[in-house]
Amino acid sequence: MNIVVCVKQTTDTAATLSVVDGEASYGDAALVLNPWDEYAVEQALLTKEAEGGKVTALCLGPDSAEDALKQALAMGCDEAVLILDAVFESADTLVVSRALAAGIEKLDPPELVFFGKSAVDSDTGVMGPQVARRLGWPSLNLVAAIPELDASAKTITVERLLEEGRQIVSGRLPAVVSVVKEINEPRYPSFMGIRKASKAEIPRWSAADVGLSGQIQPALSWPEILAPEKSEAVCELIEGGDASEIARKLVDRLVEEKVI
Amino acid sequence: MVIVYIDHFDGRAVPASWEALNVGRGLAEELGSEIKAVVLGSDVEGIAQEAKDYGAGEVFLADLKVLEHFRPEVYTEAVTQIVQEQGAEIVLFPTTGRARELAGMLAIDLDTGVTPDVVAVELEGSVVVATRPIYAGKLLTKEVNQARRPQILTTRSRSFQPPEKGTGGEGVITRLELELSEPATEVQGYKESNRGTSLSDAAIIVSGGRGTSNNPSLKPPPEITDEKEQEIWRAHQGFELIGELAKVLGAAVGASRAAVDAGFIPYANQVGQTGKVVSPDLYIACGISGAIQHLAGMRTSKTIVAINKDPDAPIYKLARFGVVGDLFEIVPALTEALREKLDKA
Amino acid sequence: MDFSLTAEHEMTQKMVRDFAQKEVAPIIREWDRKQEMAPEILPRMAELGILGICLPVRYGGQGMDFISLGLACEELEAVDSTLRVTMSVHVGLSSLTLLQWGTEAQKEEFLIPLAKGEKIGCGAFSEPGVGSDVANIQTTAKLDGSDYVLNGEKMWISLASKADYALLTARTDFEPERPTDALSCFIVDLKSKGVSTGDIKGKLGVRAGSTGWISLQDVRVPKESLVGEAGEGFKITMSGFDSGRYTVAAGATGLIRACVEASVAYANERKTFGRSIADYQLVQAKIARMAQDYEIARLLYLKVGWLKNQAVRNTLETSMAKQFATDASFAAASDAIAVHGGYGYSDEYPVERYLRNSRGAMIYEGTNEIHSLIQAGYALGTRKDRPLRREMPAYEEDLWHSN
Repeated sequence: MNIVVCVKQTTDTAATLSVVDGEASYGDAALVLNPWDEYAVEQALLTKEAEGGKVTALCLGPDSAEDALKQALAMGCDEAVLILDAVFESADTLVVSRALAAGIEKLDPPELVFFGKSAVDSDTGVMGPQVARRLGWPSLNLVAAIPELDASAKTITVERLLEEGRQIVSGRLPAVVSVVKEINEPRYPSFMGIRKASKAEIPRWSAADVGLSGQIQPALSWPEILAPEKSEAVCELIEGGDASEIARKLVDRLVEEKVI
Repeated sequence: MVIVYIDHFDGRAVPASWEALNVGRGLAEELGSEIKAVVLGSDVEGIAQEAKDYGAGEVFLADLKVLEHFRPEVYTEAVTQIVQEQGAEIVLFPTTGRARELAGMLAIDLDTGVTPDVVAVELEGSVVVATRPIYAGKLLTKEVNQARRPQILTTRSRSFQPPEKGTGGEGVITRLELELSEPATEVQGYKESNRGTSLSDAAIIVSGGRGTSNNPSLKPPPEITDEKEQEIWRAHQGFELIGELAKVLGAAVGASRAAVDAGFIPYANQVGQTGKVVSPDLYIACGISGAIQHLAGMRTSKTIVAINKDPDAPIYKLARFGVVGDLFEIVPALTEALREKLDKA
Repeated sequence: MDFSLTAEHEMTQKMVRDFAQKEVAPIIREWDRKQEMAPEILPRMAELGILGICLPVRYGGQGMDFISLGLACEELEAVDSTLRVTMSVHVGLSSLTLLQWGTEAQKEEFLIPLAKGEKIGCGAFSEPGVGSDVANIQTTAKLDGSDYVLNGEKMWISLASKADYALLTARTDFEPERPTDALSCFIVDLKSKGVSTGDIKGKLGVRAGSTGWISLQDVRVPKESLVGEAGEGFKITMSGFDSGRYTVAAGATGLIRACVEASVAYANERKTFGRSIADYQLVQAKIARMAQDYEIARLLYLKVGWLKNQAVRNTLETSMAKQFATDASFAAASDAIAVHGGYGYSDEYPVERYLRNSRGAMIYEGTNEIHSLIQAGYALGTRKDRPLRREMPAYEEDLWHSN
C-alpha cells in the first residue's frame, strides 16, 4: 500500500512568541516536526507495518523544513519530498492545499494520505479536508481510531472525534485521514533511522515541478500580527482557617463578582 | 448577502451557531445587506424555525434523507450550491469539528480563502477584517480576503454574544430540493456520546491536572498491585471530586496534558495547545501547575480560579482567585459550599 | 575547525531528550523517594537502542559515534543521574572495554547481548578496602585446570543487582614484578554459582538507581573469560575508565544544564520585595556562573568525544573533563538551591536531588583528588601515555556500520 503523510515544520509548543517588527517571532525556540503530525507519521508507519508498502513524507516549506522531513525519515518513513518555491512564501491554505494535492498526484498513487489535525502555528485545521476535496477523495477528519482497514476491498472504517462523541464512518480508498492525538503514541526515531535520515538527499520540487504555474495567488493576507493583551488579573489569594471556610469565602467572592 | 451555516447534532443546534448568526446579523446590518441561514439535515425543520427566531431573514432548509448524518462531501456540495445560487459575500460557520471542515472544503469549491476560528471581526468597506489566534493564542493575527468572494469565516465558540431569542421572526423558511450525489462514505453510528456540554461550549469548566493523583492517604484496593494502576486509581478519586464540583456548577470537566498523558482521563477532555482551546466564563484549575501549553488553551477564560499546593505555580499568574492548598480538601469543601448557596437561592 | 553538531547528532540529542523528559521526568521524584530503580527504565533504554548507542552494528549496537554517546549522557543526566550511571557502567565500563580488549569469541558471546540490551553489564573494580588504588585489589582469581576460581568482595558497584555480566578485575599474580602486573580482567556471568549480589541503601544520592555489592565465593569461570592477557588487568581497567569517565563528564554537563534551566525558570517566576528575583544581581551572578560552567564542561567533553572518534588517546582530556564537570555540577546544584531558597531544600523542586546526585560523581571513576594527580603527572612529565596492545578503534564507517 502506498501511503503519504503530509507534514509541516513548526515551532516547539514550549516556544514563547512575540511580535517583532510586525512579524511573529519565536526567538531561538526549536523548530520541530509539527507535534500533531507526529501522530500522522506514526499512523502511516503502523499502517505500513500492517499492510506492507511504503510511506512517503511530503512537506511544503522553506529550506529548514528539511529537518522536519528528516525527523519523519528517522521515525521510519521510506521517502521524503520537500515542495519548496519562492512563490509559496505567503501561501494561504488555498495555495498550500493546491501544492500538496499536486505533489500527491505526482507521487506513486497512494491509497491513504495522512495529516495531523492541525499545525500548532497557523492552526487552521482545514488542510486535510481541503486536500481531500481537491483530490476528490473522502475526507476522514479528526480520526481517533481506525478499527478497520481492508486494503484488498479498499475500505476503511474510522472513529471521528466530534464534540458530542464519536462518529463511526466507513469509506472507500483512496482517502485522506486527519488524525487526532488519541489515535496512537508516536515512536521515537531509531538510531538506524537517524543515521539513514541524516544521510538522505531529500528531493526538492518547485511549483513548476508539481505542475503549478500562473494562478497560485493566495486569497488571504495578514495585515497585522498582535500580541494578546496581557491579562490584568491580579491573583487574589483566598485564605482561611480550614477548607470549608476558604470554600465559603471563595463562593462569596465569585458571587460578588457576578461570576456565578 | 451574509449566509450563516447552522451546525447541529442530534436534533439540536450547536450554541455557537447562534453566536455566528449574531455576528452575521451585525455584519449584514452594517453592510445594509441581508442575513440568511442554511440548515441541512433530515428532520431539522425545528432548527430552521429557531434560526428564524434568532433573526435570520431567510432560512434555506434542505431536509433530505441523504443529509441525515453529517458527511463533509455531500454537505459541502449542498452549501456550495446554495452559496453560488445566492451569490453570498460572506459565509459564516461556527467553529466546530464539522463546520470547520465544511468551511475548508467550501473554500476549495469556490476557490477562495477560509479564515477559521475567528475571535473578532470588523468591516473595512465590504472587507471583513478578522482577528484569529495563532500559536494557540500566544499571538493574534488579522486576516483579510481582499479580492475573492465569498469571504468564509468560522467564529470561535463563546467569543461573540449570542442573539436574544425572538428578536427575529419576520423571516421565511425556503425549502430546497437539491440534487446531491451520494458520497463514498457511510455513517455507521455513534458511540461515547457526550450528552453534556462540550468543552468548547461550556460556560464553566473544572479541570484537573497531575495533582489529582497526589493524595497519598488514599489506599488503592489490594487487587491493584501495579504502581501505575495505583496512581491512576488515585487520580480517578481526584477526578471524581472534580466531577462532583462540575455537576453542582453545571460545568464540563477538563484536564491538563499531564493528566491525559498519565492515563488519568481521556484525551477528549484535554485543554491546551494540543487539546481544546476554551474560553469559558469560569475556569477552575485543580492541581494544574500551568505549563505554557495549558495556559495557551485557557488564557481567554473570563475568570480563572487556581487551586494548587504550590504557591509559585505559574497558573496563579493568570488566576483572578487563588487557593493555596490541597485539592482533596478544597474541592469537596467548595462543592459543599456551592450546594449550600444554591439551596438558599 | 567546526563546532556545529551534525544533523545526526541533533536528532540523537532530541530523541534521548524526548525519552528522558517524557518518560522519566514525571516519575523520577517518586522513585528517588522510594530509593528504587523504576523497573521499566532499563527495558525501555534497551528497546530504544540507547544501551548500545555507540557500538558497532555488527556487534549488535546502533553504530553511532562517541559524540552521540556523550550527547545521550548529557540528556539523560539532565533528568536524573541514575540514567547516566547506567550508561557509564553498561556502555562505558563493560561494553566498550570488551570492544577494545575482548576476543572475537567474547564479543560474540557477551558484547552482542550487551549492545542489544538483552543483557546488562557492570564494572566490578572497587572493593570494601580498595577504591582509587586499583593496584591494591584483593579479589583473587586462581587458575585451576581450565577454570579460574574467583574469591572476594566488590563494593560500590552500580547495577550490581541488576546486571547479568560484570567486567571484573582480580589479582592473578601474587608475586608480581610491578604491583600493576598483578591484575587481570574477567567477564563474569553473575548467574554463576557462588556469586551473590545486593543493593546498598541509605545513599546520599543516585537513589533511583542501583548501587550494590558482589560477593564471590569459589566462583568458577572458564579460562576463556579472561579479557586480554593475564597481567593486563590494570591497563584494561584504566581503559575502561577512559570510557566510563567520559560518560560521567558528559552527564555532569547535563546536570549543570538542568541546574541552569531550573534556576532560570524559578528566578523568572519568583518575586521577593515586589520584584522578580531574576532582577537581583547576586542571583544573576549565580546563573551566569552555571551557564559559563555548562559551556566549558560541554566543550571539554565534546572535544574528548572528537578525540575518541579519531582514536587519539584521551586519558588526560577525559580526566580534565570529568573532574571539571563533576566539580562544577556540585557547585551549580548548590547555587541552584540558593536561587530556590527554602523551596530548593525540599523535593518540591528537583534541585535538592541534583545536589545529592552530583556529589557521588566527584568520588567514583577516580576521585577528583586522584584526577588532580593524574593531570599534574602529565603536566610535570612524570606520567606519559604508552601505546596499548589493543587501542580503542576509531569511529570508522566500515567498522561501525557493516554487518
